[in-house]
Amino acid sequence: MGLLSRKATCNSHGQDSSYFLGWQEYEKNPYDEVKNHRGIIQMGLAENQLSFDLLESWLAKNPDAAGFKRDGQSIFKELALFQDYHGLPAFKKALVDFMAEIRGNKVTFDPNRIVLTAGATSANETLMFCLAEQGDAFLLPTPYYPGFDRDLKWRTGVEIVPIECSSSNRFQITASALEEAYEQAQRKNLRVKGVLVTNPSNPLGTTMTRDELDLLVNFITDKEIHLISDEIYSGTVFSSPAYVSIVEVLKDRNLENTQVWERVHIVYSLSKDLGLPGFRVGAIYSNDPIVVAAATKMSSFGLVSSQTQYLLSAMLSDKKFTKEYIAKNQKRLRKRQSKLVAGLEKAGIGCLESNAGLFCWVDMRHLLSSDTFEAEMELWKRIVYDVKLNISPGSSCHCSEPGWFRVCFANMSEDTLTLAMQRLKSFVGSIASNDRSHQEMKNSRRKLRSKWVFRLSFQSFHDREQDER
Amino acid sequence: MAAMSKIATGNGHGENSPYFDGWKAYETDPFHPIDRPDGVIQMGLAENQLCFDFIKKWLIKHPEASVSTAQGVNKFKEMALFQDYHGMPEFRRAVAKFMGKVRGDRVKFDPDRIVMSGGATGAHETLAFCLADPGEAFLVPTPYYPGFDRDLKWRTGVELVPVHCESSNNFKITRDALEAAYVKAQEANLRVKGLLITNPSNPLGTILDRDTLKNVVGFINEKNIHLIGDEIYAATVFMEPEFVSISEIIEEDDVECNRDLIHIVYSLSKDMGFPGFRVGIVYSYNDAVVSCARKMSSFGLVSSQTQHLIASMLSDDDFVDDFIAESKNLLFKRHKYFTRSLSQVGIGSLKSNAGLFIWMDLRRLLREKTFEAEMELWRVIINEVKLNVSPGSSFHCHEPGWFRVCFANMDDNTMAVALSRIRTFVLKNNEAMVPPRKLCRLSSLKLSLSRRMDDLMSPSILSPHSPLPQSPLVRARN
Repeated sequence: MGLLSRKATCNSHGQDSSYFLGWQEYEKNPYDEVKNHRGIIQMGLAENQLSFDLLESWLAKNPDAAGFKRDGQSIFKELALFQDYHGLPAFKKALVDFMAEIRGNKVTFDPNRIVLTAGATSANETLMFCLAEQGDAFLLPTPYYPGFDRDLKWRTGVEIVPIECSSSNRFQITASALEEAYEQAQRKNLRVKGVLVTNPSNPLGTTMTRDELDLLVNFITDKEIHLISDEIYSGTVFSSPAYVSIVEVLKDRNLENTQVWERVHIVYSLSKDLGLPGFRVGAIYSNDPIVVAAATKMSSFGLVSSQTQYLLSAMLSDKKFTKEYIAKNQKRLRKRQSKLVAGLEKAGIGCLESNAGLFCWVDMRHLLSSDTFEAEMELWKRIVYDVKLNISPGSSCHCSEPGWFRVCFANMSEDTLTLAMQRLKSFVGSIASNDRSHQEMKNSRRKLRSKWVFRLSFQSFHDREQDER
Repeated sequence: MAAMSKIATGNGHGENSPYFDGWKAYETDPFHPIDRPDGVIQMGLAENQLCFDFIKKWLIKHPEASVSTAQGVNKFKEMALFQDYHGMPEFRRAVAKFMGKVRGDRVKFDPDRIVMSGGATGAHETLAFCLADPGEAFLVPTPYYPGFDRDLKWRTGVELVPVHCESSNNFKITRDALEAAYVKAQEANLRVKGLLITNPSNPLGTILDRDTLKNVVGFINEKNIHLIGDEIYAATVFMEPEFVSISEIIEEDDVECNRDLIHIVYSLSKDMGFPGFRVGIVYSYNDAVVSCARKMSSFGLVSSQTQHLIASMLSDDDFVDDFIAESKNLLFKRHKYFTRSLSQVGIGSLKSNAGLFIWMDLRRLLREKTFEAEMELWRVIINEVKLNVSPGSSFHCHEPGWFRVCFANMDDNTMAVALSRIRTFVLKNNEAMVPPRKLCRLSSLKLSLSRRMDDLMSPSILSPHSPLPQSPLVRARN
């Protein structure tokens, strides 16, 4: 008899993916400006490190919130005891107001419809438990965040069927791709319960167009299924087109309080927009009271620490602060993204035009030795081991075309970014300046060496695993 | 077609149990010494509120423990970014050390086996996911904490099979009872994957003696099934006999044990009184379980802000030693006062030396030896005596007439009020020798035993965890 469950002994946690593998290499040889100048620069981590000074200065000005106090009185005991899964009302109010502000106040949210969870990781899993049975399926446009394989499938038994998107139309969702995915699910005897989209997209860094959103609404109406919109990057939209949220579209089409209105659920988090992944603040927003009720009970398995709820409710209730933060943060992201794009250009590398997110979707198809995923892996290994940049290969995001990589720009200093771009430029230059056949010989030798190095390091990362978006 | 899952629309969340229902009465009429002196006193909530002053003194002296104060803010960015599911090393070290100290330093815990979870609630569910497939079963001695029905079964599809314990031997877990439960499971075609024990026990307030523990370990080894030891009340053992942990038993020379079967659930919610901070721990002696549980902890990591606070606090050896001693002392005093006052009016309870509650024996007050009579009595206690206590049936107790009554979640004054109400009720009862009919009329003040969906929709409905309206954090909505 198997001692452990099937879940414990299988691979569905998805951590053998190259997405996580790259971090192992980074962990072994991390870049440090002073101590390890030749180390690997982490560009596979979608963190926002650009605006901590704004948070820290707010903390300095608000000692009460920081020190378990309200109006000078200690509320430590009340916070320590507060484990109500309905969440701190002041925090929920502040959070929904923040969400509305990010959407230009074109829509409003009801604090009674929000459920707090331990990060978006937990929010996504909880929604699967609420909306689908084991063996049901959700459709997801590719490329998508690799963590979804764990969050949506692992313990729930739900399947993911890809909606294939292609570079030919900037990876936008098309009606035919939706239908094709649906039919594919049916051919596999999978009952489709809904579609899950990430908007703004990870890894593309683009916001969905109104047409795409309309398409989705039509599709889920026609098929009578759910739509989950993961909007954790909504606050990172730094240039036009302006962000259009799914709720705005529903509102504009007068679909409020209809059946389809109750089948649209939003996932949110403060990990990206506020740069606070360690605090584990996630949320589910739904107009279906039964989903809210069920998800609320399930949140028992991953509540947000009351200490954190209190601190952030004070911070997000400070409207002057949130307005300033959102604007400044977006400006800094825009600047930083431009720097990455310009640096890539100098290396003769293009990327998908993007207006959001903490990363760019970089086009290295022209650097592939062949139009295959094997070639993509080869190139990736060279970039990790030789160029010493940890970036994420498109295959780990289930992209259907080889040659694309997600490269993060907001989790390092400007100087580090400059260095990364220089390394990349030298690398590309060194490829171009060589004779083609000479290059092929070098390739095969490097391939062997990389494979060998790769195999050695493969053993050790089963001992230490990391977990990031 | 877009229906929700069976898990979401079914009753597996377990909230239709009277355990949670009692709170409804409390919610509509909560006791307050000044504003509502006749309100219902909450005695159904196993919280430890006795040590906050002690902890506050430490906090005032250590502002750097909070990453958001001026003294701690230099660590803010690092904490805010830290989402590694291995958990902060200093947090794990501090928790491991604390767990050791709570067990008198008779055992050492390895920080690398400490895995975070969303409270003990999350820890139990995670272990169920790791150790069992849907349709498989765990054995659980009765009476047991009602939340287990949700934590172990709801989303996992795992079954629970009770191991019946009787008052005739003080609810001890016997080898016979274990074997009987095992056979019962097999007859129901359920493959047993493990045994879950809560030690110290909720709701009994007792600890397992050495012999029982050895029996239990022998049993699980023989059957090659897992043993989950929920030890979240370990630091609440306030008097002899001394607590013996699973971690100690497996080290003993005469105990044969496959360590891959041994797992401990821990939390700071009871021992420290911090349920709001959601610090749950899975501690397993099985490497594969540690690894799997750690990956699953992504679904319920402890906020890094909280990890930092706890690491600072629990690394302070002097504070920890003083806290453990002070907490025991205050619990001992409160327990003694409560049980003594009760016995003065002829109310007995199971002899206990741990926990935040007593297992009160009201069998003689039952109209008849049935669970219906228990429910009637319970309604009288809520509506007439105005105390929210938890009926034994909600803990799957095999015998009617037992109630769990919490004593550590209120101040001295409230405790005195609760006792005077009990005194009054008992004396009146003794005098009047209330005939069965009268009792029935009283019980017509009905409490609905099942919640309707729309009740749940109301924002004022309590969560199973805390008395919502009383929290000033909730009243201060803006």
